[in-house]
Amino acid sequence: MVTTMAAHAESASGTITLADSRRRLLLDSLGIMVSASGFGLVYGLSARAAGFSPLEAGAMSVIVFAGASQFVAVGYVLGGFSWLAIVVLTAFLNARHLLYAAALAPYLADKPRPVRAVMAHVLTDEAFALAIAHFRRIGRADIPGYWLGAIVSTFIPWNVATLVGVSIGGSIPDPTRFGLDVIFPAAMGGLAVGLITGRRELVAAVSGAAIGVAIGLAWDPAAGIIAGGVIGPVVGMAVRARPDEHAREGQLAFGPEPLHEHAMPYFPQRAEHAHDDPEAGLP
Amino acid sequence: MSSALVPLAILMGLVTYPFRAVPLLAPGFERLPERAKLYLRLVGPSVLAALAAVDTMVVKSEAGSPSFRIGWEWLAVGLCIAVVGFRRSLLVGLVLAAGSIAILRATGVAPLP
Repeated sequence: MVTTMAAHAESASGTITLADSRRRLLLDSLGIMVSASGFGLVYGLSARAAGFSPLEAGAMSVIVFAGASQFVAVGYVLGGFSWLAIVVLTAFLNARHLLYAAALAPYLADKPRPVRAVMAHVLTDEAFALAIAHFRRIGRADIPGYWLGAIVSTFIPWNVATLVGVSIGGSIPDPTRFGLDVIFPAAMGGLAVGLITGRRELVAAVSGAAIGVAIGLAWDPAAGIIAGGVIGPVVGMAVRARPDEHAREGQLAFGPEPLHEHAMPYFPQRAEHAHDDPEAGLP
Repeated sequence: MSSALVPLAILMGLVTYPFRAVPLLAPGFERLPERAKLYLRLVGPSVLAALAAVDTMVVKSEAGSPSFRIGWEWLAVGLCIAVVGFRRSLLVGLVLAAGSIAILRATGVAPLP
């Protein structure tokens, strides 16, 4: 099977190229695309059941573009809650995006501000997961790769599926019958595994999951996700890295230190990939 | 066609955007101290694992109170994680995860959520 994900061993040994990483990104994106379509469809169906018009449901998917808060908005509108309550809850649910943006920021520091402004709007769980894995594999930002994960794999399927769900409605079979509801957590778990490159990442991931579930049960699932994302890394930092990880960390600030778009590639190139153009289109 | 909820969508977008944009647009994030960089490097695996675990194990009731969920979905998500861990293939993992839970539901072994 040729389809493979981010492999740290490859990154560390310097054998992965931009083209290789984009191919992996493309394959990883396929699952995300199915997940976004399934959830978008369910959202559209829910919005239709709550009395949203296609314009209203579509506006939420384009402007907010954050699944959990959109589902909550549907439920709250149906329940007759105030807009203030919905907006406050939206802010709470989407606060985790701050972590995503902060983790991506060093890679994108040299990109034009308007580009970063647009990138921010399409930054979701899925976009972050795909982008951070891709950026870490190649050691720098890759704007076309980001658009692939954020727009092609997530934004477009989510919005098209929303419109299909809210317009066609009841004639669509229940997506959960096909297991589409497990794709999102499975994808997030799988992408987390792809980011585990050492003991610290492993401890951070396990801690994040445990803290997330504990806080989620004690208080609220959204609070659990934020708490897991905030506290998990602290626990990971408390763990001593193995000596070989220390050696790598000199090179791996966020993965490898982000490079400028036109800088020489960080990794020694294999001869057969020496011609790879960082600006080349997707394979 | 009603557009009464479009302003609500705009308000929701306005409170969401700063969380996504401030770290990307504010100057100085690329000059963080090493400890902060290490912290941010660990955010990815941590928050994604939290998302997966909470989505699989915590469910909210109609009344809004969270409870622990034990179900076949664990198996499907675990299968995907194992496939990624051993074969480094997310796509295969996702196909197996969705396929396995779909079969279990179709045969009545696993209930629909």
